Amino acid sequence: MYKILEKQTLSDVTKLMVIHAPHVAQKARAGQFIIIRIDENGERVPLTIADFDRKAGAITIIFQEVGKSTMQLGALKVGDAVSTFVGPLGHPTEVTDFGSVICVGGGVGIAPIYPIARALKEAGNTVISIIGARNKDLLFWEDKMRAVSDELHICTDDGSYGRKALVTDPLKEILEDKTRSIAKIWAIGPAIMMKFVSSATKPFNVPTIVSLNTVMIDGTGMCGGCRVLLEDGARFVCVDGPEFDGHKVDWTNLLSRLQFYRDEEKAAVEHYKHTCNLDKAMAEGGK
Amino acid sequence: MAEMKPQDRMKIPRQPMPNQDGTVRRGNFEEVALGYAEETARKEAERCLQCKKPACVEGCPVGVLIPDFIKALREGDMAKAVEAMKMKNNLPAICGRVCPQESQCEGRCIVGKKGEPVAIGRLERFVGDFELANRTCPLEKAPATGKKVAVVGSGPAGLTCAVDVAREGHKVTLFESLHGPGGVLVYGIPEFRLPKGVVLGEINYAVQCLGIDIRTDHVIGRTITLDELLTDYDAVFLGTGAGLPSFIRIPGINLNGVMSANEFLTRVNLMKAYLFPDYDTPVKAGKKVAVVGAGNVAMDAARCSARIQSLQAKQSGGDPGEVHIVYRRSKEEIPARAEEVHHAEEEGIIFDLLTNPVEIIGGSNGRVTGMRCIRMQLGEPDASGRRKPVPIPGSEFEMAVDTVIMALGTSPNPLVFVDAEGLERTRHGTAVADTATGRTKKQRVWAGGDVVTGAATVISAMGAGKRAAADINKFLKGETAPW
Ligand SMILES: Cc1cc2nc3c(=O)[nH]c(=O)nc-3n(C[C@H](O)[C@H](O)[C@H](O)COP(=O)(O)OP(=O)(O)OC[C@H]3O[C@@H](n4cnc5c(N)ncnc54)[C@H](O)[C@@H]3O)c2cc1C
Ligand code: SF4
Ligand code: FES
Repeated sequence: MYKILEKQTLSDVTKLMVIHAPHVAQKARAGQFIIIRIDENGERVPLTIADFDRKAGAITIIFQEVGKSTMQLGALKVGDAVSTFVGPLGHPTEVTDFGSVICVGGGVGIAPIYPIARALKEAGNTVISIIGARNKDLLFWEDKMRAVSDELHICTDDGSYGRKALVTDPLKEILEDKTRSIAKIWAIGPAIMMKFVSSATKPFNVPTIVSLNTVMIDGTGMCGGCRVLLEDGARFVCVDGPEFDGHKVDWTNLLSRLQFYRDEEKAAVEHYKHTCNLDKAMAEGGK
Repeated sequence: MAEMKPQDRMKIPRQPMPNQDGTVRRGNFEEVALGYAEETARKEAERCLQCKKPACVEGCPVGVLIPDFIKALREGDMAKAVEAMKMKNNLPAICGRVCPQESQCEGRCIVGKKGEPVAIGRLERFVGDFELANRTCPLEKAPATGKKVAVVGSGPAGLTCAVDVAREGHKVTLFESLHGPGGVLVYGIPEFRLPKGVVLGEINYAVQCLGIDIRTDHVIGRTITLDELLTDYDAVFLGTGAGLPSFIRIPGINLNGVMSANEFLTRVNLMKAYLFPDYDTPVKAGKKVAVVGAGNVAMDAARCSARIQSLQAKQSGGDPGEVHIVYRRSKEEIPARAEEVHHAEEEGIIFDLLTNPVEIIGGSNGRVTGMRCIRMQLGEPDASGRRKPVPIPGSEFEMAVDTVIMALGTSPNPLVFVDAEGLERTRHGTAVADTATGRTKKQRVWAGGDVVTGAATVISAMGAGKRAAADINKFLKGETAPW
């Protein structure tokens, strides 16, 4: 069992947890992910590593409560524990001094972009960061991002904070600016955002790395459920990724695969809410 | 009672295995073969001729003392039967259920030359189940030696090696990447063929008796590398299996609704998707499923599909649907265990033989709607000695299907080879290891089971684990030359 050491509410639906998992913390590097399973009935959920502390043997994860498992995880408290916590999985981000780089984090993707931006900064890069979300409430870690960036752009879809824009707007402006020369771009966020970032950067021919969060079970190359279609064939995201060249990803295929279990996911949420209400009713009835 | 004559023994018919009815069991995940009652087992045991040179023993990859255990069984001395069994096989309740007996022990049985062979597998299961319930044969360990051994992978190869090394008094740590031990026995082979309680019963007993430390959630190559293990342990055994699924290169392979048998079976067995939504992991088996391949993996995927279909039809009403096995050779070449093929047929699985997929077709939403296939005929024998299937020109046709499950073989799990310098691999990705000792090209590293042979059998993996354990034990005592 792996204990929850710390919990923060970043927004109504975005939670941060620090989990005690020394075996993972020992090796964790920016860009890698973990798989978590809450209890014996739980599913295996991949989450990107948002931060790690080797001394404390702790891993930070950030998640949005969008499905049954993330809702259930979000309801746990400090001192509670989860059954499975395995990692670090996937390849770490390749970090060297590229020159000037851009890090784009959308929504909950701000969490995994942070350690990458930090590592790039430590390696001597000029780091330009763009973070965005639907609204102000869904934004977090502005301070942390600012601390590791030479320049920080903030956008919200509804203009409730920062600039009313999509992350691709400042991104295009920077790329169009002839006085700057951008060597590489990282973009992490919802699949649809990564798709638009990739198509925005393609005309500029700047390598664009995306971190894919496909459906996974084992995370070790055993099921193939995580496969993504690239220009030259399929890859397993868990073993070959999670980072890929965004210009080579077949986004239509990726988006359709992400939808495959949508009905079941809805049913699971319904079932969860129903049993929660039943539990509540029973507890109240017992009083 | 006077000793029975061989002629009389051969007159006793092979005792049938009581099974759950075909139509009933299509709707549940409970065990299909119910096991012999004691009386039936004794009667079946009477059929054994106690050959002086038993061919069955030669047919068994680990040389189980078959006549000895059968003799003890028919004399009613179960403790002795268990003891004879455990000389060579620690996990009879498992092997009795899953070994391809028809091509091993039973395939060589003399009684089988004229009639039906002695049901060695069923008797083995009977003895194994007795031991599970009564534990007459304790696992004992020698005093602690202070030596430490790491075993990677908790399938049949790793488990067998761990037990035999721990019995010598060495401290064994068993590393497993999944959240529970058992390997294919747990994530691949379904409950209705091998109840998980049997596997976990054996594992828990070994852990209890021998103090084996199991560390799940540890992916060797990622969480810890092999080279790091070698600094902490005196010897390392790799039993990481062959779990990496192969996808054939045909158009449409990435459509929604195409999955590997490993994904499908892992969802169903390890994650218990058949109990969704009480368990969180979902699984989809459409109304018309095509399973491509005809090995054990394909049979399991087909039979799980049929069950998922029935369970889903029970909830939502309507017709459960159809499951097809699509195989490019003929019935004779089917590699699965004979009993599983028979059970699949009883459960209404449709066999499309001499048929090969050429393309998977999808609708506008990216979901599978059909599969184009071509009919095959058998030509000259190929390298494997089986007649090679060749396409019949112009015979292409389209099957309407909504789910395609690929069961076309696997290769070794890749991660254990990360940061493992000097661990040689063949071009098929398998680890190079000596057959007799399990030694790899890397010092203090042994390997066995599917990671060395490619996808094979439970008993061959156990045999490899046992041979490697014997060599590790000798090595740690300094009785054999180091590399
Ligand atoms: C669906 C199916 C049905 C089958 N039916 C039969 C049958 O009826 N009869 C029969 O004899 N055989 C059958 N087989 C084959 C048989 O199960 C295998 O040959 C056997 O399990 C191989 O044993 P193993 O110990 O080598 O590997 P496995 O059982 O594959 O175990 C390997 C273990 O190592 C773990 N692992 C892998 N990589 C790492 C790593 N890097 N770090 C830590 N752990 C790792 C895996 O998670 C797994 O638990 C079947 C196989 C399948 C898939
Ligand atoms: S282990 Fe398998 S092959 Fe050997 S005797 Fe038992 S059933 Fe037969
Ligand atoms: S998650 Fe199973 S292969 Fe990637």
